[in-house]
Amino acid sequence: MWSLLRTLWITFRHSFAKRVTVLYPEVKRLLPPRWRGRIVLTRDPDGEERCVACYLCSAVCPVACIALQAGIDEKGRRKPDFFRINFSRCIYCGLCEEACPTFAIQLTPDYEMAEYERKNLVYEKEDLLISGTGKYPGYNFYKVSGMEISGKGKGEAENERPPVDVRSLLP
Amino acid sequence: MSAVGLSIVVILGVMVGALLFAAGMIWFERRLLGVFQERYGPNRAGPFGVLQVVADMLKIFTKENWIPPFAEKAVFVVAPSIIMITTLASFAIIPIAPAILVSDIDIGLLFFLAMSSFAVYSVALAGWASNNKYSLLGSIRAVGQMVSYEVFMGLSLMGVVLMAGSFSMQDIVTAQKGLWNVVPQFVGFVVFFVAGLAETRRIPFDLPEAESELVAGYHTEYSGFKFAMFYVGEYIGITLISMMIVTLFFGGWQGPFLPPIVWFLIKTLAFVAFFILVRAALPRPRYDQLLAFGWKLMLPLALANLAVTGGIVLAVGR
Repeated sequence: MWSLLRTLWITFRHSFAKRVTVLYPEVKRLLPPRWRGRIVLTRDPDGEERCVACYLCSAVCPVACIALQAGIDEKGRRKPDFFRINFSRCIYCGLCEEACPTFAIQLTPDYEMAEYERKNLVYEKEDLLISGTGKYPGYNFYKVSGMEISGKGKGEAENERPPVDVRSLLP
Repeated sequence: MSAVGLSIVVILGVMVGALLFAAGMIWFERRLLGVFQERYGPNRAGPFGVLQVVADMLKIFTKENWIPPFAEKAVFVVAPSIIMITTLASFAIIPIAPAILVSDIDIGLLFFLAMSSFAVYSVALAGWASNNKYSLLGSIRAVGQMVSYEVFMGLSLMGVVLMAGSFSMQDIVTAQKGLWNVVPQFVGFVVFFVAGLAETRRIPFDLPEAESELVAGYHTEYSGFKFAMFYVGEYIGITLISMMIVTLFFGGWQGPFLPPIVWFLIKTLAFVAFFILVRAALPRPRYDQLLAFGWKLMLPLALANLAVTGGIVLAVGR
Protein backbone atom coordinates (compact mmCIF):
# COMPACT_ATOMS: atom_id res chain seq x y z
CA MET A 1 0.00 0.00 0.00
CA TRP A 2 2.78 2.38 0.96
CA SER A 3 4.72 1.48 -2.17
CA LEU A 4 1.69 2.34 -4.32
CA LEU A 5 1.47 5.83 -2.82
CA ARG A 6 5.22 6.25 -3.20
CA THR A 7 4.99 5.27 -6.88
CA LEU A 8 2.24 7.83 -7.39
CA TRP A 9 4.31 10.52 -5.72
CA ILE A 10 7.45 9.73 -7.74
CA THR A 11 5.50 9.79 -10.98
CA PHE A 12 3.91 13.08 -9.99
CA ARG A 13 7.32 14.56 -9.22
CA HIS A 14 8.44 13.70 -12.73
CA SER A 15 5.96 16.21 -14.12
CA PHE A 16 8.31 18.97 -12.96
CA ALA A 17 11.39 17.45 -14.55
CA LYS A 18 12.85 18.77 -17.77
CA ARG A 19 11.40 17.12 -20.85
CA VAL A 20 13.82 14.98 -22.79
CA THR A 21 12.10 15.31 -26.15
CA VAL A 22 13.94 17.25 -28.84
CA LEU A 23 11.31 19.02 -30.96
CA TYR A 24 12.85 17.85 -34.19
CA PRO A 25 11.96 20.07 -37.12
CA GLU A 26 12.42 23.20 -35.02
CA VAL A 27 15.41 22.02 -32.97
CA LYS A 28 18.02 19.91 -34.69
CA ARG A 29 20.57 17.92 -32.79
CA LEU A 30 24.21 18.74 -33.39
CA LEU A 31 25.69 15.86 -35.35
CA PRO A 32 29.30 14.81 -34.92
CA PRO A 33 31.44 15.37 -38.06
CA ARG A 34 31.95 11.65 -38.51
CA TRP A 35 28.21 10.96 -38.54
CA ARG A 36 27.39 8.38 -41.19
CA GLY A 37 24.71 9.95 -43.34
CA ARG A 38 24.16 10.75 -47.02
CA ILE A 39 27.00 9.46 -49.22
CA VAL A 40 28.82 11.90 -51.51
CA LEU A 41 31.52 11.64 -54.15
CA THR A 42 34.21 14.26 -53.60
CA ARG A 43 36.61 16.01 -55.99
CA ASP A 44 40.32 16.58 -55.63
CA PRO A 45 41.65 20.11 -55.01
CA ASP A 46 41.89 20.70 -58.78
CA GLY A 47 38.21 20.02 -59.21
CA GLU A 48 38.58 16.63 -60.90
CA GLU A 49 36.67 13.58 -59.75
CA ARG A 50 38.55 11.54 -57.20
CA CYS A 51 36.85 8.28 -57.98
CA VAL A 52 39.00 5.91 -60.00
CA ALA A 53 36.25 3.30 -60.45
CA CYS A 54 38.15 0.54 -58.67
CA TYR A 55 34.88 -1.24 -57.64
CA LEU A 56 36.11 -1.71 -54.05
CA CYS A 57 33.11 0.15 -52.57
CA SER A 58 30.73 -1.83 -54.69
CA ALA A 59 32.43 -5.08 -53.70
CA VAL A 60 32.46 -4.33 -49.98
CA CYS A 61 28.90 -3.03 -49.79
CA PRO A 62 26.99 -5.58 -47.68
CA VAL A 63 23.63 -4.76 -49.26
CA ALA A 64 24.98 -4.29 -52.79
CA CYS A 65 23.49 -0.84 -53.20
CA ILE A 66 26.40 0.67 -55.17
CA ALA A 67 26.58 0.12 -58.92
CA LEU A 68 29.19 1.64 -61.21
CA GLN A 69 30.90 1.15 -64.57
CA ALA A 70 34.56 1.98 -65.11
CA GLY A 71 35.77 4.01 -68.09
CA ILE A 72 38.87 5.93 -69.17
CA ASP A 73 38.68 9.59 -70.10
CA GLU A 74 40.75 11.50 -72.70
CA LYS A 75 43.52 12.27 -70.17
CA GLY A 76 44.01 8.61 -69.44
CA ARG A 77 42.38 8.74 -66.01
CA ARG A 78 40.04 6.02 -64.84
CA LYS A 79 36.60 7.38 -64.08
CA PRO A 80 33.17 5.86 -63.47
CA ASP A 81 30.93 6.10 -66.53
CA PHE A 82 27.99 5.90 -64.18
CA PHE A 83 27.90 5.68 -60.41
CA ARG A 84 24.62 4.82 -58.77
CA ILE A 85 23.73 4.41 -55.09
CA ASN A 86 20.34 3.06 -54.12
CA PHE A 87 19.69 4.82 -50.81
CA SER A 88 16.56 2.81 -50.18
CA ARG A 89 18.90 -0.13 -49.63
CA CYS A 90 21.88 1.63 -48.10
CA ILE A 91 22.41 0.84 -44.42
CA TYR A 92 24.95 3.65 -43.87
CA CYS A 93 27.56 1.25 -42.52
CA GLY A 94 30.46 3.29 -43.89
CA LEU A 95 32.34 0.29 -45.28
CA CYS A 96 32.52 1.93 -48.71
CA GLU A 97 34.26 4.92 -47.18
CA GLU A 98 36.74 2.62 -45.43
CA ALA A 99 37.43 0.68 -48.60
CA CYS A 100 37.93 3.68 -50.87
CA PRO A 101 41.66 4.06 -51.75
CA THR A 102 41.29 7.64 -53.01
CA PHE A 103 39.01 9.20 -50.34
CA ALA A 104 36.46 9.74 -53.09
CA ILE A 105 33.38 8.25 -51.42
CA GLN A 106 32.52 9.81 -48.06
CA LEU A 107 29.61 9.81 -45.66
CA THR A 108 28.27 13.18 -44.51
CA PRO A 109 26.25 14.33 -41.48
CA ASP A 110 22.98 14.68 -43.38
CA TYR A 111 20.01 12.40 -42.91
CA GLU A 112 17.09 14.44 -44.28
CA MET A 113 16.61 12.64 -47.55
CA ALA A 114 13.04 11.35 -47.26
CA GLU A 115 11.14 11.02 -50.54
CA TYR A 116 7.56 10.27 -51.49
CA GLU A 117 8.60 7.87 -54.24
CA ARG A 118 11.04 5.09 -53.73
CA LYS A 119 12.71 5.51 -57.10
CA ASN A 120 13.73 9.02 -56.14
CA LEU A 121 16.08 7.47 -53.62
CA VAL A 122 18.31 6.13 -56.39
CA TYR A 123 21.06 8.76 -56.70
CA GLU A 124 23.08 9.05 -59.92
CA LYS A 125 26.63 10.39 -60.21
CA GLU A 126 25.42 13.95 -60.79
CA ASP A 127 23.45 13.79 -57.52
CA LEU A 128 26.34 12.33 -55.58
CA LEU A 129 29.19 14.54 -56.80
CA ILE A 130 29.94 17.59 -54.69
CA SER A 131 32.26 20.41 -55.74
CA GLY A 132 34.51 20.25 -52.68
CA THR A 133 37.04 17.87 -51.21
CA GLY A 134 35.07 16.67 -48.21
CA LYS A 135 36.99 15.59 -45.14
CA TYR A 136 40.44 15.40 -46.79
CA PRO A 137 41.18 18.86 -48.20
CA GLY A 138 44.66 18.53 -49.67
CA TYR A 139 44.59 15.02 -51.08
CA ASN A 140 44.95 14.37 -54.79
CA PHE A 141 45.40 10.74 -55.74
CA TYR A 142 47.08 11.31 -59.12
CA LYS A 143 49.56 13.75 -57.55
CA VAL A 144 50.90 11.05 -55.21
CA SER A 145 50.51 7.91 -57.26
CA GLY A 146 52.99 6.65 -59.84
CA MET A 147 50.23 6.25 -62.39
CA GLU A 148 50.97 7.90 -65.73
CA ILE A 149 48.33 10.27 -67.06
CA SER A 150 48.44 13.05 -69.60
CA GLY A 151 50.19 16.09 -68.14
CA LYS A 152 52.14 13.95 -65.67
CA GLY A 153 54.65 11.36 -66.65
CA LYS A 154 56.32 8.63 -64.62
CA GLY A 155 58.31 9.88 -61.67
CA GLU A 156 56.76 13.32 -61.56
CA ALA A 157 54.47 12.73 -58.63
CA GLU A 158 55.10 14.18 -55.16
CA ASN A 159 57.79 12.38 -53.12
CA GLU A 160 58.67 10.37 -56.19
CA ARG A 161 62.03 10.13 -57.84
CA PRO A 162 62.44 9.84 -61.60
CA PRO A 163 62.38 6.25 -62.81
CA VAL A 164 65.71 4.48 -62.86
CA ASP A 165 66.84 2.92 -66.12
CA VAL A 166 67.39 -0.58 -64.80
CA ARG A 167 69.63 -1.44 -67.72
CA SER A 168 72.19 1.12 -66.50
CA LEU A 169 72.56 -0.83 -63.26
CA LEU A 170 73.73 -3.90 -65.11
CA PRO A 171 77.34 -4.79 -64.56
CA MET B 1 -39.48 29.02 -22.60
CA SER B 2 -41.63 26.17 -21.39
CA ALA B 3 -40.42 23.67 -18.79
CA VAL B 4 -40.27 20.92 -21.40
CA GLY B 5 -38.16 23.05 -23.71
CA LEU B 6 -35.81 23.93 -20.88
CA SER B 7 -35.33 20.33 -19.85
CA ILE B 8 -34.66 19.36 -23.48
CA VAL B 9 -31.95 22.02 -23.60
CA VAL B 10 -30.46 20.71 -20.35
CA ILE B 11 -30.56 17.10 -21.56
CA LEU B 12 -28.87 17.98 -24.84
CA GLY B 13 -26.39 20.20 -23.07
CA VAL B 14 -25.40 17.52 -20.57
CA MET B 15 -25.16 14.83 -23.25
CA VAL B 16 -23.15 16.90 -25.74
CA GLY B 17 -21.10 18.29 -22.89
CA ALA B 18 -20.26 14.80 -21.63
CA LEU B 19 -19.28 13.64 -25.12
CA LEU B 20 -17.16 16.73 -25.74
CA PHE B 21 -15.54 16.31 -22.35
CA ALA B 22 -14.74 12.69 -23.19
CA ALA B 23 -13.31 13.70 -26.57
CA GLY B 24 -11.21 16.39 -24.94
CA MET B 25 -9.96 13.79 -22.48
CA ILE B 26 -8.29 11.87 -25.28
CA TRP B 27 -6.07 14.89 -25.81
CA PHE B 28 -5.83 15.70 -22.11
CA GLU B 29 -4.76 12.20 -21.19
CA ARG B 30 -2.07 12.03 -23.84
CA ARG B 31 -0.66 15.42 -22.92
CA LEU B 32 -0.72 14.65 -19.22
CA LEU B 33 0.92 11.27 -19.70
CA GLY B 34 3.57 13.16 -21.63
CA VAL B 35 4.06 15.48 -18.67
CA PHE B 36 4.43 12.56 -16.27
CA GLN B 37 6.83 10.77 -18.61
CA GLU B 38 8.99 13.83 -19.32
CA ARG B 39 7.95 14.24 -22.93
CA TYR B 40 5.49 16.41 -24.83
CA GLY B 41 2.69 14.24 -26.19
CA PRO B 42 0.74 15.43 -29.23
CA ASN B 43 1.69 19.04 -29.90
CA ARG B 44 1.55 19.41 -33.68
CA ALA B 45 -2.11 19.75 -34.67
CA GLY B 46 -3.41 23.15 -33.64
CA PRO B 47 -2.41 25.06 -30.50
CA PHE B 48 -0.88 22.61 -27.97
CA GLY B 49 -2.10 19.78 -30.20
CA VAL B 50 -5.77 20.27 -29.33
CA LEU B 51 -6.85 19.42 -32.87
CA GLN B 52 -5.34 15.97 -32.37
CA VAL B 53 -8.81 15.04 -31.10
CA VAL B 54 -10.29 15.94 -34.49
CA ALA B 55 -7.58 13.99 -36.27
CA ASP B 56 -8.14 10.95 -34.06
CA MET B 57 -11.89 11.10 -34.58
CA LEU B 58 -11.59 11.47 -38.36
CA LYS B 59 -9.18 8.57 -38.46
CA ILE B 60 -11.27 6.22 -36.36
CA PHE B 61 -14.50 7.05 -38.23
CA THR B 62 -12.94 6.45 -41.65
CA LYS B 63 -11.60 3.04 -40.66
CA GLU B 64 -13.27 -0.01 -42.10
CA ASN B 65 -16.27 -0.94 -39.99
CA TRP B 66 -15.69 -4.65 -40.13
CA ILE B 67 -17.79 -7.45 -38.68
CA PRO B 68 -15.92 -10.73 -38.55
CA PRO B 69 -17.70 -13.52 -40.46
CA PHE B 70 -17.51 -15.84 -37.43
CA ALA B 71 -19.10 -13.30 -35.08
CA GLU B 72 -22.67 -13.32 -33.77
CA LYS B 73 -23.75 -10.30 -35.82
CA ALA B 74 -26.70 -8.82 -33.96
CA VAL B 75 -25.12 -9.08 -30.52
CA PHE B 76 -21.78 -7.93 -31.89
CA VAL B 77 -23.36 -4.71 -33.15
CA VAL B 78 -25.51 -4.08 -30.07
CA ALA B 79 -22.79 -4.63 -27.45
CA PRO B 80 -20.79 -1.39 -27.89
CA SER B 81 -23.91 0.76 -27.85
CA ILE B 82 -24.94 -0.63 -24.45
CA ILE B 83 -21.92 0.85 -22.74
CA MET B 84 -22.54 4.23 -24.39
CA ILE B 85 -26.21 4.26 -23.45
CA THR B 86 -25.73 3.19 -19.84
CA THR B 87 -22.88 5.58 -19.15
CA LEU B 88 -24.61 8.50 -20.83
CA ALA B 89 -27.83 7.70 -18.97
CA SER B 90 -25.97 7.94 -15.67
CA PHE B 91 -25.21 11.58 -16.40
CA ALA B 92 -28.91 12.29 -15.94
CA ILE B 93 -28.64 12.20 -12.15
CA ILE B 94 -25.50 14.28 -11.71
CA PRO B 95 -26.14 17.79 -10.39
CA ILE B 96 -23.66 19.86 -12.35
CA ALA B 97 -25.00 23.08 -10.86
CA PRO B 98 -28.05 23.82 -8.68
CA ALA B 99 -30.17 24.37 -11.79
CA ILE B 100 -28.38 22.14 -14.31
CA LEU B 101 -29.66 18.69 -13.53
CA VAL B 102 -31.54 16.48 -15.93
CA SER B 103 -33.57 14.63 -13.34
CA ASP B 104 -33.53 14.90 -9.55
CA ILE B 105 -35.07 11.49 -8.95
CA ASP B 106 -35.14 10.45 -5.30
CA ILE B 107 -33.28 7.18 -6.05
CA GLY B 108 -30.54 8.92 -8.02
CA LEU B 109 -27.69 6.97 -6.50
CA LEU B 110 -29.41 3.63 -7.06
CA PHE B 111 -30.00 4.63 -10.68
CA PHE B 112 -26.27 5.22 -11.10
CA LEU B 113 -25.43 1.84 -9.55
CA ALA B 114 -27.99 0.11 -11.75
CA MET B 115 -26.60 1.72 -14.88
CA SER B 116 -23.03 0.82 -14.00
CA SER B 117 -24.19 -2.77 -13.51
CA PHE B 118 -25.70 -2.74 -16.99
CA ALA B 119 -22.32 -1.79 -18.43
CA VAL B 120 -21.16 -5.31 -17.60
CA TYR B 121 -23.50 -6.66 -20.29
CA SER B 122 -21.74 -4.61 -22.92
CA VAL B 123 -18.36 -6.08 -22.15
CA ALA B 124 -19.64 -9.59 -21.60
CA LEU B 125 -21.66 -9.64 -24.82
CA ALA B 126 -18.85 -8.06 -26.82
CA GLY B 127 -16.43 -10.78 -25.84
CA TRP B 128 -19.02 -13.51 -26.27
CA ALA B 129 -20.22 -12.36 -29.69
CA SER B 130 -16.72 -11.90 -31.05
CA ASN B 131 -16.31 -15.68 -30.98
CA ASN B 132 -12.61 -15.32 -30.35
CA LYS B 133 -10.71 -16.90 -27.50
CA TYR B 134 -8.92 -13.71 -26.44
CA SER B 135 -12.15 -11.73 -26.50
CA LEU B 136 -13.85 -14.40 -24.41
CA LEU B 137 -11.00 -14.47 -21.89
CA GLY B 138 -11.19 -10.69 -21.69
CA SER B 139 -14.89 -10.66 -21.07
CA ILE B 140 -14.67 -13.45 -18.50
CA ARG B 141 -12.17 -11.32 -16.61
CA ALA B 142 -14.32 -8.23 -17.10
CA VAL B 143 -17.42 -9.91 -15.71
CA GLY B 144 -15.55 -11.32 -12.71
CA GLN B 145 -13.91 -8.00 -12.00
CA MET B 146 -16.89 -5.73 -12.51
CA VAL B 147 -19.43 -7.91 -10.69
CA SER B 148 -17.23 -8.30 -7.63
CA TYR B 149 -16.19 -4.65 -7.51
CA GLU B 150 -19.78 -3.51 -7.94
CA VAL B 151 -20.69 -5.12 -4.64
CA PHE B 152 -18.58 -2.87 -2.47
CA MET B 153 -18.95 0.07 -4.83
CA GLY B 154 -22.56 0.14 -3.72
CA LEU B 155 -21.69 -0.56 -0.09
CA SER B 156 -19.08 2.19 0.03
CA LEU B 157 -21.74 4.72 -1.01
CA MET B 158 -24.20 3.69 1.68
CA GLY B 159 -22.23 5.65 4.25
CA VAL B 160 -22.80 8.79 2.20
CA VAL B 161 -26.48 7.96 1.95
CA LEU B 162 -26.67 7.53 5.72
CA MET B 163 -25.00 10.90 6.26
CA ALA B 164 -27.41 12.66 3.91
CA GLY B 165 -30.46 10.56 4.72
CA SER B 166 -31.43 10.44 1.04
CA PHE B 167 -30.58 8.76 -2.23
CA SER B 168 -31.20 11.99 -4.13
CA MET B 169 -27.99 13.48 -5.49
CA GLN B 170 -29.11 17.06 -4.91
CA ASP B 171 -29.81 16.26 -1.24
CA ILE B 172 -26.41 14.62 -0.88
CA VAL B 173 -24.71 17.74 -2.26
CA THR B 174 -26.63 20.10 0.00
CA ALA B 175 -25.95 17.85 3.01
CA GLN B 176 -22.23 18.56 2.51
CA LYS B 177 -22.68 22.29 3.07
CA GLY B 178 -20.64 22.41 6.26
CA LEU B 179 -18.14 19.60 5.77
CA TRP B 180 -17.33 17.66 2.65
CA ASN B 181 -18.07 13.95 2.90
CA VAL B 182 -14.45 13.09 2.18
CA VAL B 183 -13.53 13.83 5.80
CA PRO B 184 -16.08 11.69 7.68
CA GLN B 185 -16.31 9.16 4.83
CA PHE B 186 -12.63 8.88 3.91
CA VAL B 187 -12.69 5.07 3.85
CA GLY B 188 -15.78 5.16 1.68
CA PHE B 189 -14.03 7.55 -0.68
CA VAL B 190 -10.98 5.31 -1.05
CA VAL B 191 -13.09 2.22 -1.61
CA PHE B 192 -15.30 4.01 -4.12
CA PHE B 193 -12.27 5.33 -5.97
CA VAL B 194 -10.75 1.86 -6.28
CA ALA B 195 -14.09 0.41 -7.34
CA GLY B 196 -14.47 3.22 -9.85
CA LEU B 197 -11.09 2.40 -11.36
CA ALA B 198 -12.20 -1.22 -11.71
CA GLU B 199 -15.61 -0.30 -13.14
CA THR B 200 -14.07 1.86 -15.87
CA ARG B 201 -11.41 -0.80 -16.52
CA ARG B 202 -8.61 1.74 -16.27
CA ILE B 203 -4.99 0.78 -16.25
CA PRO B 204 -4.26 -0.68 -12.85
CA PHE B 205 -7.41 -2.77 -13.33
CA ASP B 206 -7.36 -3.12 -17.12
CA LEU B 207 -7.20 -6.90 -17.05
CA PRO B 208 -10.17 -7.27 -19.42
CA GLU B 209 -8.19 -5.58 -22.20
CA ALA B 210 -4.63 -6.27 -21.02
CA GLU B 211 -2.88 -5.82 -24.33
CA SER B 212 0.27 -7.61 -23.24
CA GLU B 213 -1.68 -10.80 -22.54
CA LEU B 214 -4.98 -10.71 -24.42
CA VAL B 215 -4.28 -8.67 -27.60
CA ALA B 216 -7.03 -6.19 -26.73
CA GLY B 217 -9.33 -8.34 -24.63
CA TYR B 218 -13.03 -8.03 -25.23
CA HIS B 219 -12.72 -5.51 -28.08
CA THR B 220 -10.10 -7.42 -30.07
CA GLU B 221 -12.45 -7.90 -33.03
CA TYR B 222 -13.88 -4.38 -33.02
CA SER B 223 -12.85 -1.67 -35.44
CA GLY B 224 -14.00 1.68 -36.76
CA PHE B 225 -17.08 3.24 -35.24
CA LYS B 226 -17.88 0.32 -32.95
CA PHE B 227 -14.40 0.43 -31.47
CA ALA B 228 -14.77 4.19 -31.07
CA MET B 229 -17.87 3.55 -28.98
CA PHE B 230 -15.91 1.37 -26.56
CA TYR B 231 -13.16 3.94 -26.52
CA VAL B 232 -15.45 6.89 -25.86
CA GLY B 233 -17.42 4.71 -23.44
CA GLU B 234 -14.27 4.26 -21.38
CA TYR B 235 -13.58 7.98 -21.36
CA ILE B 236 -17.08 9.05 -20.44
CA GLY B 237 -16.90 6.32 -17.79
CA ILE B 238 -13.89 8.08 -16.27
CA THR B 239 -15.69 11.40 -16.50
CA LEU B 240 -18.72 9.88 -14.84
CA ILE B 241 -16.75 8.33 -11.97
CA SER B 242 -14.86 11.60 -11.46
CA MET B 243 -18.13 13.53 -11.36
CA MET B 244 -19.62 11.00 -8.94
CA ILE B 245 -16.62 11.32 -6.63
CA VAL B 246 -16.94 15.10 -6.74
CA THR B 247 -20.66 14.99 -6.10
CA LEU B 248 -20.62 12.40 -3.35
CA PHE B 249 -17.43 13.21 -1.48
CA PHE B 250 -16.18 16.65 -2.48
CA GLY B 251 -19.20 18.86 -2.12
CA GLY B 252 -20.35 18.80 -5.72
CA TRP B 253 -20.82 22.26 -7.13
CA GLN B 254 -20.26 24.00 -3.81
CA GLY B 255 -17.37 26.40 -3.44
CA PRO B 256 -16.64 30.04 -2.74
CA PHE B 257 -16.50 32.97 -5.21
CA LEU B 258 -16.67 31.11 -8.53
CA PRO B 259 -20.01 30.04 -10.07
CA PRO B 260 -21.08 26.46 -9.18
CA ILE B 261 -20.52 25.00 -12.66
CA VAL B 262 -16.90 26.23 -12.69
CA TRP B 263 -16.25 24.66 -9.28
CA PHE B 264 -17.80 21.43 -10.47
CA LEU B 265 -15.65 21.32 -13.61
CA ILE B 266 -12.47 22.21 -11.71
CA LYS B 267 -13.02 19.41 -9.21
CA THR B 268 -13.91 16.96 -11.97
CA LEU B 269 -10.79 17.84 -13.95
CA ALA B 270 -8.66 17.37 -10.87
CA PHE B 271 -9.99 13.84 -10.47
CA VAL B 272 -9.60 13.08 -14.15
CA ALA B 273 -5.98 14.16 -13.80
CA PHE B 274 -5.62 11.89 -10.78
CA PHE B 275 -7.05 8.97 -12.79
CA ILE B 276 -4.39 9.65 -15.41
CA LEU B 277 -1.66 9.87 -12.77
CA VAL B 278 -2.75 6.48 -11.46
CA ARG B 279 -2.57 5.17 -15.00
CA ALA B 280 0.93 6.54 -15.43
CA ALA B 281 2.21 5.15 -12.15
CA LEU B 282 0.73 1.79 -11.28
CA PRO B 283 1.25 -1.64 -12.84
CA ARG B 284 -1.48 -4.18 -13.49
CA PRO B 285 -2.13 -6.75 -10.73
CA ARG B 286 -2.61 -10.43 -11.39
CA TYR B 287 -6.21 -11.63 -11.76
CA ASP B 288 -6.25 -13.56 -8.49
CA GLN B 289 -4.62 -10.62 -6.70
CA LEU B 290 -7.31 -8.36 -8.09
CA LEU B 291 -10.17 -10.52 -6.84
CA ALA B 292 -8.49 -11.22 -3.50
CA PHE B 293 -7.92 -7.49 -3.04
CA GLY B 294 -11.56 -6.83 -3.77
CA TRP B 295 -13.16 -9.51 -1.62
CA LYS B 296 -10.69 -9.73 1.25
CA LEU B 297 -9.75 -6.09 1.76
CA MET B 298 -12.16 -3.72 0.06
CA LEU B 299 -15.41 -5.47 0.94
CA PRO B 300 -14.64 -5.75 4.70
CA LEU B 301 -13.47 -2.13 4.66
CA ALA B 302 -16.70 -1.00 3.05
CA LEU B 303 -18.78 -3.07 5.47
CA ALA B 304 -16.89 -1.77 8.50
CA ASN B 305 -17.27 1.77 7.22
CA LEU B 306 -20.99 1.23 6.77
CA ALA B 307 -21.37 -0.30 10.25
CA VAL B 308 -19.42 2.46 11.99
CA THR B 309 -21.22 5.22 10.09
CA GLY B 310 -24.56 3.61 10.81
CA GLY B 311 -23.71 3.29 14.49
CA ILE B 312 -22.63 6.91 14.79
CA VAL B 313 -25.66 8.17 12.87
CA LEU B 314 -27.91 6.09 15.14
CA ALA B 315 -26.24 7.29 18.31
CA VAL B 316 -25.67 10.95 17.53
CA GLY B 317 -28.07 11.68 14.73
CA ARG B 318 -26.98 13.42 11.59
